[in-house]
Amino acid sequence: MNKLWLIIQREYLSRVQKKSFILTTLLTPLAFLVFFVFVGFIMGYESDEAKKIAIVDEANMLRKAIKDDGNIFFTFPDKPLDSLKAEAARGEINGVLVIPPLSDIQAKEHKLFYYSDEQLSLDVESAIESTIGTRIREYKIAEMNLDPKVVESLRTSIEIDPEPIADDAEDISSMRTAIGAGLGFLMGIIMYMGVFIYGMMIMRSVMEEKTNRIVEVMISSVKPFQLMMGKIIGVGAVGMTQFLVWIILIPLVSILVNLVFGFDPQQMQSPGMGAAAQMDPDDMQGKIMMAMQELGSIDWWVIVPLFLLFFIGGYFLYSSLFAAVGSAIGDDIGESQSLTLPISIPVLIAFYIMMVSVRTPHSTLAVWASIFPLFSPIVMPARLAFDVPWWQITLSLVLLMATVVFFVWLSGRIYRVGILMYGKKVTLKELGKWMFYKN
Amino acid sequence: MENILELTDVVKNYQTTKAVDHVSFSMPKGSIFGMLGPNGAGKTSLIRIITRITRADSGRILINGIPLNDDHPEEIGYMPEERGLYKKMKVGDHLIYLARLKGLSEKAAKDAIHQWMDKFEISDWWNKKVEELSKGMQQKVQFIATVVHRPNLIILDEPFSGLDPINANLIKDEIDHLRQQGTSIIFSTHRMEQVEEICERIVLINRGQNVLEGNVREIKQAQKQNLFRYNLAGEVPAGVLEGKEVIDHTPGSLTLRFTEERDSNIFLKTLVDAGAYVQGFEEILPSLNEIFIRTVQSQGMTIDQPINAPS
Repeated sequence: MNKLWLIIQREYLSRVQKKSFILTTLLTPLAFLVFFVFVGFIMGYESDEAKKIAIVDEANMLRKAIKDDGNIFFTFPDKPLDSLKAEAARGEINGVLVIPPLSDIQAKEHKLFYYSDEQLSLDVESAIESTIGTRIREYKIAEMNLDPKVVESLRTSIEIDPEPIADDAEDISSMRTAIGAGLGFLMGIIMYMGVFIYGMMIMRSVMEEKTNRIVEVMISSVKPFQLMMGKIIGVGAVGMTQFLVWIILIPLVSILVNLVFGFDPQQMQSPGMGAAAQMDPDDMQGKIMMAMQELGSIDWWVIVPLFLLFFIGGYFLYSSLFAAVGSAIGDDIGESQSLTLPISIPVLIAFYIMMVSVRTPHSTLAVWASIFPLFSPIVMPARLAFDVPWWQITLSLVLLMATVVFFVWLSGRIYRVGILMYGKKVTLKELGKWMFYKN
Repeated sequence: MENILELTDVVKNYQTTKAVDHVSFSMPKGSIFGMLGPNGAGKTSLIRIITRITRADSGRILINGIPLNDDHPEEIGYMPEERGLYKKMKVGDHLIYLARLKGLSEKAAKDAIHQWMDKFEISDWWNKKVEELSKGMQQKVQFIATVVHRPNLIILDEPFSGLDPINANLIKDEIDHLRQQGTSIIFSTHRMEQVEEICERIVLINRGQNVLEGNVREIKQAQKQNLFRYNLAGEVPAGVLEGKEVIDHTPGSLTLRFTEERDSNIFLKTLVDAGAYVQGFEEILPSLNEIFIRTVQSQGMTIDQPINAPS
């Protein structure tokens, strides 16, 4: 036990004290933020080219009044079309937009003509369409003598509020579903990345010990199983440390960036959501309040410990397998491909099931995948926010823990043979045989 | 004399090969013991059993009269043939780590390591990373790691392979000191000539079997062929070689085999009386290498690999 502790300490400290670890741990949140801001900036990039467009409104539907849209400036010159075309050709204006009269006040489609030598960009085109469209709508409302308020009231925004059948059950809002899905997806991704990043880290480290030939010195002092477990636990602690730092750093950095640059990353992240921008500010406020309320109403005290349990289970399960594979291969990283593939496949399948499960958390696929131990560490966390029945959680956990014990034992059997085996190309079949070797 | 190590009928089979085939031998406390045999004879398998890296299929192993158990690795210092260290660790931290895994407290480890590093005049390496050291420097560190916890039994597998002559001598000297303090040492090697002068007792292993065991001097005496070499200045007087078994005759040197040991002196007198000037006279004892080949052949066995094949 004392020796195991020494090994854990070394595995942990030798990684945490590395400059590269400190740098990645501190810089990753920053890199993420820079990435999001950058992507947001690119996605939100609007044409910065000023466009001067002359409008020839043949039926005077716009009444010579239109709002300039961003960099597009509209004018209503009283000049004949030909001289305007000539101006456009000389480059004094960018183009001439001709609005013919409506053939019929109830026309559902209307064609405008745009004269220009320049290509009309998508951005500008959609901007013109929506501005002119709004103005024509207003024109029609006026022409038909309709009350704008009445017309506005024709639009109904639909929202579904799920209600439980039993009266005493907790009432949840639709927001809950979205938040649950987001949370589930986040947890699923963390599991997936954790398994791969730290599993690979363990595999590489086992290979290193083997090619370094330190391993024989080590196991003349400690048991191979102790060495393997020490490594798995030590690296696991490294992962936990990293997550903890990120959990603290990411909100901190985003607040800081907000203060310094004065923009809201939330909006930068979703520039495509024009609807949100057009939403009534009061309504927006309400939505945010509701989201906060929903976040508060989630059973964090249930979800977080369960997530940790599944994380630990999944981590031990897969990292022990990675350790076994690492012990079987020497310094040839290419050789590892064929052996890591059987481990990667269930992880990948689980990842895709997880993506489906956040949308349909109670489908047969989601339920059984979240109970099957090779998938459950990734799929179950994705469902946790959706009131999973306790029998499913319990069954899943019990199966997972039993599988963890079995796989760790199995990996230990392979590991103890593998680390002393040199110069032999190892196949999966060979690994199977090693399990049954005597000590 | 009490035995530090006693093996009785130890067997270890791998999937297709018999690595250790009913080996028995014993090793007196405080001796330097040679475990000799060609590559692949089963020496490393035996060592791995003694160091508890693997288990024997059957047989009994006693250390100081106590059956081998999980506490014994702390009493053993093992330097494997394939040696390595964690490249990124600092020398001091690395040695402390290995010493603590052998059961030393942090303070005891530190003190002992400082002593050894002072002795080897490498104290200023404490904060250097292992990867910054040269091969020869790493060998010193490795040797310290093997002996730092004051083991009762030190096992050195091919200790001189890859060792430069300076370090080899250094280790030979230190081994001698340790033996004087009562430590028992096993040398395992296929380079028999390297340990001939160091070892008091040997066991010869071939194909997993113990082919010969005993005191080096006694074995040599028992196996000697009454070969004698005479170093002469000038020609061999005519007629003296009649009826003699000449093994080798080069200018200035003459080697003969006698049926009786004492005949060598009679021939010496004959030479002198015939007017030859004898500058030197010595008995030629067989080398361990020769003894090994002869023993193996006399037992009708074959040797898997040439004995002096570089490893």
